[in-house]
Amino acid sequence: MLKRLMIATAALGLALGVGAAQAQEKFKVGFVNVGPKTDGGWTQGHWTGVEMLQKELGDQIEVTFLENVPEGPDAERAIEGLVQAGNKLIFTTSFGFMEPTLKVAAKYPDVMFEHATGFKTAPNVTTYNARFYQGRYIIGQIAAKMSETGTAGYIVSFPIPEVVMGINSFMLGAQSINPDFKLKIVWINSWMDPAKEGEAAKALFDQGVDIITQHTDSTEPLKIAQERGKLGFGQAHDMYDAAPKAQLTAIVDNWGPYYIARTKAAMDGTWESQASWDGLAEGTVQMSPYTNMPDDVAAAAKDIEAKIASGEFHPFTGPIYKQDGTEVAADGVVMDDGALLTMDYYVKGIDGTPGTN
Amino acid sequence: MSMAEAIIITIIVASTPLLLAALGELVAERAGVLNLGVEGMMIMGAVAGFIATYESGQPIVGIVAAVFAGMLTASLFAFVTLVLVANQVASGLALTLLGIGFSALIGESYANKPGIKLSRIHIPGLTDIPFVGPIVFGQDPLVYVTILLVIGVSWFLFRTRGGLILRAVGDNHVSAHALGYGVVRVRFLAVLFGGACAGLAGAYLSLVSTSQWLDNMTAGRGWIALALVVFATWLPWRLAIGALLFGAVGILQFHAQALGIRVPAQFLSALPYLITIVVLVLISGNRLLMRSNTPAMLGQSFVPDR
Repeated sequence: MLKRLMIATAALGLALGVGAAQAQEKFKVGFVNVGPKTDGGWTQGHWTGVEMLQKELGDQIEVTFLENVPEGPDAERAIEGLVQAGNKLIFTTSFGFMEPTLKVAAKYPDVMFEHATGFKTAPNVTTYNARFYQGRYIIGQIAAKMSETGTAGYIVSFPIPEVVMGINSFMLGAQSINPDFKLKIVWINSWMDPAKEGEAAKALFDQGVDIITQHTDSTEPLKIAQERGKLGFGQAHDMYDAAPKAQLTAIVDNWGPYYIARTKAAMDGTWESQASWDGLAEGTVQMSPYTNMPDDVAAAAKDIEAKIASGEFHPFTGPIYKQDGTEVAADGVVMDDGALLTMDYYVKGIDGTPGTN
Repeated sequence: MSMAEAIIITIIVASTPLLLAALGELVAERAGVLNLGVEGMMIMGAVAGFIATYESGQPIVGIVAAVFAGMLTASLFAFVTLVLVANQVASGLALTLLGIGFSALIGESYANKPGIKLSRIHIPGLTDIPFVGPIVFGQDPLVYVTILLVIGVSWFLFRTRGGLILRAVGDNHVSAHALGYGVVRVRFLAVLFGGACAGLAGAYLSLVSTSQWLDNMTAGRGWIALALVVFATWLPWRLAIGALLFGAVGILQFHAQALGIRVPAQFLSALPYLITIVVLVLISGNRLLMRSNTPAMLGQSFVPDR
């Protein structure tokens, strides 16, 4: 009886397996994310891009979108799981997935990987990023114009080059308007923890800051800003709905066009490893509408946005000095991408060291 | 409002969820049950509190729902460990994972929806006293509930017969059973109380600390609450001081960073756990301290001998 049951089950399994294999014509694309698609920030930005991808390529692809994968050893398991499920193109969307992605990529040379915000490539690993620093420069200028105390608060997660680059760009933008602008930086050791971000925001406001920006993913700092009648900037996503009276603008990630282009290339066979870094010009970075500010500030912001997008101006144009005075870019010289991607120091005018303050 | 005043208020808001969750866990542990699922119960409370408040428009409905959700989650643990006599540590860990995952599932459509913040009380005259007023008379209602709970739990455990029975069950369940006390019943109720408090702590996070729901928003506070119970050597008043201490470390580290004082942020994040290890070493070394407050049957399953 048992033997008959086992044979029947095996036959059924085989039939289903064959059936499933025949249905497997779709190109499988996988995404590994550090947060939930509803975070209102970073991961939601990627999800919006995926929705665009699905709208464009619809039936030809099958997308798996993993959420809340912690950075670290568990990530390797998640990525490998996607490979074994048949995904041929895998996007890992956080810096901390760099080593796990490279490890899995080395094991599966036929699978294509794309790692966001990292700096190590391989024959089958591309790095992609968006030139958020362009947005940071613009909001730095706005902050210097809108702040009455001349001090801004910056809530950040981990001292990786991407984050430090953003802080420096913000400061350079602010210093271009007010050379004595000050920055108070708080590291919360997490990409997203609304309660902690709120506490950091409260601490900054209690210390006399009147404008905040963040490199963390929830809307809480802006909400606190609105409660206190102060101003702030949205991160990765237009956070206007969460704080209509407080948001000046937001740096918005627009990954859709990039995802469509890369998936098509992967399906065509024209995919190649590259280090891709698009920005305002390509539409990967967008600024949300300028609100809560006087018209002339908004006009100036639109102006500098256009200049950066057209290439007429680059935020990291010298003279730029490290904290100790060493010159890293001479007058008029633009820092190259490599120097930006490995940035681990603050520019002159910011106190402390990244991470320990 | 001066900076010192603002800092104290922020510390109280940061400490209250820790104190609430730890208080419930203290009662459960005093009865001899080690419930590692505090994180899971807290986050179920957070999501239930937010959803109920969002749907009804009344924070009080959210609070009731959160307490209920915490108790429901705790009852699952209680059934598995007390009735089915499963290993308490493993069950607690499983409960945490279940809570985090399940809350993410039901909360998915509520993420980033606008929430309602529980407003602070305002007693005309008292709240306006400079400095002392807002701190003592201007907190949100749950802070006062927490203070009453600390007093209540302390009184119950050490001044009533019921508390004595609960502690007896935690110290020697075989003798308690021999004396005729319902060990499983007492423990079940203690675990439910733990769940109710943890649920309330979670609601505090989604209704007071922030006014939103986001995946995994408790971010490890349940584990800090567990460490707190040990740090306080299972005494409610020490728990209150410990919670304020742990909350203060968290807030002051942000202020220190903003002031430019060089402190490695990662070290300060680890500090609550480091202090707890130190306390554990101290009380393990001192036999008198060990005997007086640690529930001797903590974590041990009870099966009445047939």
